[in-house]
Amino acid sequence: MMILLLKLFLTFFKIGMFSFGGGYGILSVMQGEIVTSNAWLSMAEFTDIVAISQMTPGPISINMATYVGYSIMNHATGSQLIAIIGSLITSLGLMLPSLILMTIISRYLLKYSKGPMVNAIFSVLRPTVVGLIASAALLLMTRENYGTPGGTPLRFWVSVLITIAAFVAVRRKVSPILILVISGLFTGVLYSIVE
Amino acid sequence: MNASLPELTATFSKIGLFTIGGGYAMIPLIEHYVVERNKWVEKEEFLDLLALAQSAPGVFAVNIAIFIGYKLRGLKGAIFASLGSALPSVVCILLIAIFFRTFRENHIVEYVFRGIRPAVVALVAAPVFSVAKTAKITYTTVWIPIVAALLIVALGVSPIYIIPAALIAGFLYGKFTAK
Repeated sequence: MMILLLKLFLTFFKIGMFSFGGGYGILSVMQGEIVTSNAWLSMAEFTDIVAISQMTPGPISINMATYVGYSIMNHATGSQLIAIIGSLITSLGLMLPSLILMTIISRYLLKYSKGPMVNAIFSVLRPTVVGLIASAALLLMTRENYGTPGGTPLRFWVSVLITIAAFVAVRRKVSPILILVISGLFTGVLYSIVE
Repeated sequence: MNASLPELTATFSKIGLFTIGGGYAMIPLIEHYVVERNKWVEKEEFLDLLALAQSAPGVFAVNIAIFIGYKLRGLKGAIFASLGSALPSVVCILLIAIFFRTFRENHIVEYVFRGIRPAVVALVAAPVFSVAKTAKITYTTVWIPIVAALLIVALGVSPIYIIPAALIAGFLYGKFTAK
């Protein structure tokens, strides 16, 4: 258990250190470490955590770190207390690199922040983050999240339609929370009637 | 200009509590408290600070809290402001996590999440296009996101290795173009 806690701390420290591009950039890195590399959570569980983190107050990535830490330790030990300790360790782990880097940056690097070298680095980094976010969206398109066209055709096509409709809605600046609530209410009613 | 540690912590807790939907939704609220109400930084400095917090790694809102806390009260200020900004999130999420565990097996909850999951995919996909716009992607750089996404999706490379690789590539690019 201590080893797992330590591993979680180091993983979230790494995530805090190497995540750029805001909440969704961090999401991609978290997905890679939590679901793909370590298989600590399934993609469906991870997706639910993204949804809940979007709907609750505060930065999405802090919400996610807290929830992921809680879930992993709860799966591993079944203990509520250890799960809470896990959630504190992951959220602090995520914030710690920022604390170190930002104090250094605000002390020494402020005057170089518009230099040509920084510009060159960001001219590569920014497009990379676009790729990262795209990969996160692609990786979320799993059988767990959509069903299959052969096995559960109704669920599959309803899910595809929801993704398209939600995408159009976000681009038109509809509140993400409203989108999640409407999508959930819709399928909640639909599947209650059908199944 | 002067702020006590409890004041810093409380202000950033309020900011954390009242913003739903992530970092960028927090900007107007942060500006209200930090620039207009408390006058901790000037408007222009605040804009520079936004750019800096965006380009630094980690959580955007936490980065802002650290920067302002550090400016006002040094390292202690940075620690208290950042903990303040995360506190409401951690408490809310913990309550939900404990509560949701008992509801997860419920049929209706499962039906609701069957609709929410495909919507989440859209929420994650949408910023690809808005971030691409601010990243000023051109025909000469469009291969970068494609290669990055392919490495992750097709070859299973963890994004955590892609970022340092991009940093090094950007550094080398800067070195070569400087000569």
